[in-house]
Amino acid sequence: MPTTDTPLKETPLHALHVALGARMVEFAGYAMPVQYPTGILTEHLHTRAAAGLFDVSHMGQVRLFGEGAAVALETLVPGDIQGLAPGRQRYTLFTNDGAGILDDLMVTNAGDHLFVVVNAACKDADLAHLQAGLAGKCRIEAAFDRALLALQGPQAAAVLQRHAPGIAGMAFMSGRAVAVDGVPCFVTRSGYTGEDGFEIAIPAEHASRVAQRLLAEPEVKPIGLGARDSLRLEAGLCLYGHDIDTTTTPIEAALAWVIGKRRRAEGGYPGHAVVADQLKNGTRRRRVGLVPEGRQPAREGTPLTDAAGAAVGTITSGGFGPSVGGPVAMGYVASTFAADGTVVRAVVRGQPRPATVTAMPFFPHRYHRP
Amino acid sequence: MSALKFTQEHEWIRVEGDLGTVGITDFAQSQLGDVVFVELPAIGKKVTKGGDAAVVESVKAASEVYSPVTGEVVETNQAIVDDPATVNSDPLGGAWFFKVRLADKGELDGMMDEAAYAEFVKGSH
Repeated sequence: MPTTDTPLKETPLHALHVALGARMVEFAGYAMPVQYPTGILTEHLHTRAAAGLFDVSHMGQVRLFGEGAAVALETLVPGDIQGLAPGRQRYTLFTNDGAGILDDLMVTNAGDHLFVVVNAACKDADLAHLQAGLAGKCRIEAAFDRALLALQGPQAAAVLQRHAPGIAGMAFMSGRAVAVDGVPCFVTRSGYTGEDGFEIAIPAEHASRVAQRLLAEPEVKPIGLGARDSLRLEAGLCLYGHDIDTTTTPIEAALAWVIGKRRRAEGGYPGHAVVADQLKNGTRRRRVGLVPEGRQPAREGTPLTDAAGAAVGTITSGGFGPSVGGPVAMGYVASTFAADGTVVRAVVRGQPRPATVTAMPFFPHRYHRP
Repeated sequence: MSALKFTQEHEWIRVEGDLGTVGITDFAQSQLGDVVFVELPAIGKKVTKGGDAAVVESVKAASEVYSPVTGEVVETNQAIVDDPATVNSDPLGGAWFFKVRLADKGELDGMMDEAAYAEFVKGSH
């Protein structure tokens, strides 16, 4: 529980979570469901088998209007935003002058604006960063009170198609304005689970009703933040503030793929000099996947050593992967230990245990790529 | 069968003669969520009242299991290592953790009985 006296913020689905029997916890200043009565394991497996509905309304939605929006946003991120065709979505990063990562975000070319989704814990700072960096270049409209639902899993498309005819034809990493149960929404085919699925930006006043209609579908169960975390870990996706932060660069984080080809050549984003140097000369450490031997999870903060006990890195996310059926982790290791198949030691409660550097994802992505 | 005694750290102990059987409570397992890993003490390990004795991990988090009493571990329950989910399904029965030979039965005196523990859990919500 938070130590401040500030009351927790609530999403438009708060009453629904409580009615569903969720265990509510503090997350980024919000009261959020960590799990429902069936528990994290069941929720995780259900999402991979059918469809799960997540409330991610705590995340920040921002719209950037104006012809100069893409050019302007490129001054803050290393992604190719000008090259983003209408209806296409891209994952990118806010970087600082040292190429540290300020946040990770999704950007969609929504036609007359760029639709941006940022992390809850960073959203106030991100908005200030956008306002400072893009002043006079485009119109910035925060929609922090708008709700965001994620419907994820192999049956997500079949379910959402009943409420929003036509969405089944959308491609992975695309987005468009869609009426869901008659409510004007902005839907993207993306998510944070490694599964096919959608994120639905919806006016707050309609969110609970639409969520309940989706939950009434036989394939759909509500899923909390606990399973969201185990799903994204199995998918090898970074959690900001844990796997990436201002002390890690995109190259160290194995996110070089987010830096567009044109941007590598031209630069023009904060930290380009550092990124260019690291692309050319390599980095001292690198984010990798790790599979601990046996069944014991190795969690965030677990020290990593070589066979002789010398420090080689730290785990930044780790736990039990329900679909993998065993422990999985990611973390940073010295680059000399970053090759797949390298065995390091994860020191759990003082005991060094073997863990093997392993390519991610741990569970195969099943995105919709027609 | 003798009555259960409970600790504020949500362990239970059932004492028969000078042997105590130790586990975690239903409240503890419900708070932990799905248990995926259990580490038990070695046979012969000397445990102290309130000291680390075992580890239980759910999908979400790791927790220490403390020994309610001082003594020597004489038996452990491999079944919960092989199938950690039984800690959720049968915490007060089949999912006991270890048996300890008590050094001082007087240590039991301060512990809660079932009714007192139920009150304690209600108050800690």
